[in-house]
Amino acid sequence: MSLVIKKYCSIVTDRINVDGRTVFTPDNQDGFKKFARAAYRHFQTDYPKFFKMDSLSKLGFLSVEVLLKGENVLSKHSIEKTGLILTNASSSLEIDEKHWDTIRDRGQYFPSPSNFVYTLPNIMAGEAAIRHEFRGENTVLISKAFNAELIFNTADLAFKTGALECCICGWVEQYGNKYESLLFLVERSEHENEEGKSEEDVIFEPSILLKIYKRERAWKN
Amino acid sequence: MEELIQKLKVEIIEVLNLEEMEPEDIDSDDPLFGEGLGLDSIDALELIVLLEKNYGIRIEDPKDGRKIFFSVRTMAEYITENQK
Repeated sequence: MSLVIKKYCSIVTDRINVDGRTVFTPDNQDGFKKFARAAYRHFQTDYPKFFKMDSLSKLGFLSVEVLLKGENVLSKHSIEKTGLILTNASSSLEIDEKHWDTIRDRGQYFPSPSNFVYTLPNIMAGEAAIRHEFRGENTVLISKAFNAELIFNTADLAFKTGALECCICGWVEQYGNKYESLLFLVERSEHENEEGKSEEDVIFEPSILLKIYKRERAWKN
Repeated sequence: MEELIQKLKVEIIEVLNLEEMEPEDIDSDDPLFGEGLGLDSIDALELIVLLEKNYGIRIEDPKDGRKIFFSVRTMAEYITENQK
């Protein structure tokens, strides 16, 4: 079984690329919140709940939204076997700290319900799954840095066990105005030859994931 | 009362992250839930916190919420009647 990267999307500080080509940069660089709003409008998204999400969920939502633009994965794959495997380093730390600020002083104990509901990174995957009606496995794993092996091994296992037949996987990292994401749309190859290797597709394997990650971040350095 | 209604609209937009809205977009008498602003259950909890944090009013009986949060005007009336 060969797994292939059908498409990939990166967001690296104020730039959105799809398959290596830039599809959006805002007019001004004013931090994540304004970037997220500008991107939402640019892609003519109609999902008012977006504005109520925390920043991590907004980044995950936008990344999945752009990745799946023009794709109709549910026309080819089971709703129960389409899922998300996401990774990041900061978990949901930004909103965790925001929540902590509302409860640390017992005399000013006013926890915000709308903050509290985002104090888990899995909510990011859940928001994207709800939006696209995916009911397959979804999870968020934490690693210190972009970890191609972790992404590959987890997704590969989900395919091998039959849990997924289509997977959106990758890296969605955000804390304050430092943010970046790289998501891959992964499916089984439709073009396998006799040796089981694909000729036209980008093979889903750790070395390729790392190569793409480094290339997408290169302009920033 | 009108001053309080305007203040509430600004606060509601802020705490509920209604980024696309301006205070004048909210009709003082329109229902906040359902057909009006389309708020959800988390928003309802956020409005309860708003009353307590900004106006020192704690809603003891959750059943009262339906009446209090019917519209911005009913919220303002409740605040006026109950603020110490």
